[in-house]
Amino acid sequence: MASSEKYVPPAPLSDTTVALLVFTVGAVLIMPTLDSFGVIDHFTLNLWGKYLCYALLALSVNLLWGGTGLLSLGQALFFALGGYMHGMYLMRMIGDQGQYHKPLPDFLVFLGWTELPGFWKPFEHFSFAMLMVFLLPGVIAGIFGWLAFRSRIKGVYFSILTQALTYAGALIFFRNNTLMGGNNGFTDFKSELGFALREPSTQRGLFIATAVVLIGVVVFLRWLEGTKFGLVQRAIRDGENRTLFSGYATPTFKLFLFVLAALIAAIGGALYVPQVGIINPSDMTPEKSLEAIVWVAVGGRGTLFGPILGAVFVNMLKSYATRAIPDLWLILLGGLFLLVVLFLPGGLISLPAKLRALWQRFRPNSNPVNAA
Amino acid sequence: MAHPLLTVEDVSKTYDGFKAITNLNFYLFEGELRTVIGPNGAGKSTFFDLLTGRTQPDKGKIEFGTDPADSYDLTKLDEVAINRLGIGRKFQTPSVYAEHTVRENLVLSIRGTRGVFATLFHKLGSRENDRIDELLKLIRLEAKGEWKAGLLAHGEKQWLEIGMLLAQEPRVLLVDEPAAGMTDEETHRTGELLLSLAGKHSLVVVEHDMTFVKQIATNGRVTVLHQGALLCEGKFDDVQADPRVREVYLGRGKHGTR
Repeated sequence: MASSEKYVPPAPLSDTTVALLVFTVGAVLIMPTLDSFGVIDHFTLNLWGKYLCYALLALSVNLLWGGTGLLSLGQALFFALGGYMHGMYLMRMIGDQGQYHKPLPDFLVFLGWTELPGFWKPFEHFSFAMLMVFLLPGVIAGIFGWLAFRSRIKGVYFSILTQALTYAGALIFFRNNTLMGGNNGFTDFKSELGFALREPSTQRGLFIATAVVLIGVVVFLRWLEGTKFGLVQRAIRDGENRTLFSGYATPTFKLFLFVLAALIAAIGGALYVPQVGIINPSDMTPEKSLEAIVWVAVGGRGTLFGPILGAVFVNMLKSYATRAIPDLWLILLGGLFLLVVLFLPGGLISLPAKLRALWQRFRPNSNPVNAA
Repeated sequence: MAHPLLTVEDVSKTYDGFKAITNLNFYLFEGELRTVIGPNGAGKSTFFDLLTGRTQPDKGKIEFGTDPADSYDLTKLDEVAINRLGIGRKFQTPSVYAEHTVRENLVLSIRGTRGVFATLFHKLGSRENDRIDELLKLIRLEAKGEWKAGLLAHGEKQWLEIGMLLAQEPRVLLVDEPAAGMTDEETHRTGELLLSLAGKHSLVVVEHDMTFVKQIATNGRVTVLHQGALLCEGKFDDVQADPRVREVYLGRGKHGTR
């Protein structure tokens, strides 16, 4: 009995490397090439660009939930903040091409502003906006995380607080007085770094940039997993007390991870905005965070590629279902979540192994002793 | 007489009016193996919580260090700081990292790198690997180094956690019920291991199993706690003969049962 239970450590490189290679070639080379030759239409490529941004959000959720045992319902806030910071630059790049033909964003003209508010000014610089994409979500995650982990807030209380955090963020951004576009948010973007956003080549470039960033994040997370830090991270997930009483300041580790996850979500949001063309406060409601939780659960929590698979699969299904059977979409999503929780706790990524095991069991002439 | 390594004086702790520890005095000397017994609810776990910074006393002092001029006030330090001073704790239920391999459990425990950035760039040295091999042999798990710790038998988990404690190279080991769930033979071996550690380390062992207590307390002293207070302290035979101890235990049936 004992020998059949012997734990065999997974070959850490082979599977991961192959998956990564396939993904890299597919996303960076094949998809954009098919697009430029018109084999797939621009809309499809654009849709996939959105899925890859969502994959970054899923990785952010998984780093905390799957890797550290922290179920954060606030990751949509950091995704949206990253999007807003990039959006401010894109709004400035509209120049006087807006509806009112004034040198400031339409919603500000509508609110009676004749001059740009001070905090908007530096956003005409791309580099400043990119700095803010990281800085604002990072600082907010840092302050919130410091307070929460220092006070030993854990489990469901942490989930509730993060949910409150993103809800508070949405309420602030819904206000017109925040001067961030109110409930309409930002839209009608024209150009990015001088390239017109309606040009297919610009969208292709954004798609490739998203794929490259996603691959970079995956490689980074893979590296992180293999360090002693990664061991400590999973130790906190499986036995925080033991870790604490072994001399690891677990609140500091969790703070570091919370900020890191916020940054990953923020890059995703920043890449999302120019491709989708709109960002508004509904992107930072708790529902958005919950959707990301479902992607991770469906794809495979605690694995490297599961969250990406989940984000792409669920959103493909959503793109289809919200057009074909719009009234049934939420029921479908809920049903999918239940199915995975009940019958496939390892997520879609565990399906091949599960099928292989089933095949072993029911294969004709199989030896039942070996199969077990 | 030398100054004790651990000094606990007049310590009290109440939880919502429940007196968990009352006016407790306790002195542990360097290299000593002290056994603490007492029926359930006697305050043994609270006692460990107080020593390791999990909770703070309402009053009294807890100091660590043999030099009174250079000792640490443990009531002012948190779990991490106290652990880094050299006080290690083994929990009552074996607390190993179930999803990590046995070897990784030891990598996480071995004395050294503890900071966020230090662990990011830490490379496991040959000295550390040798030490881990040595510990694996000591806790008789050298053949199971690559097993997931969650797959080990209960007794093996207990041994692994003792190994994890030793990997930290603490000056004081606080060991809560190390023999729980072990066979007689495993229990005996655990006793021998703990006895071999005395001298190099100072130990406080909480235990219920009287055969085991008798084994490890042959040369050391036994402290009996009852309802959060010190009932008596002394050699095993004296303690066993003490009518107050008998009364406390007989009220709960045959001694040594859990």
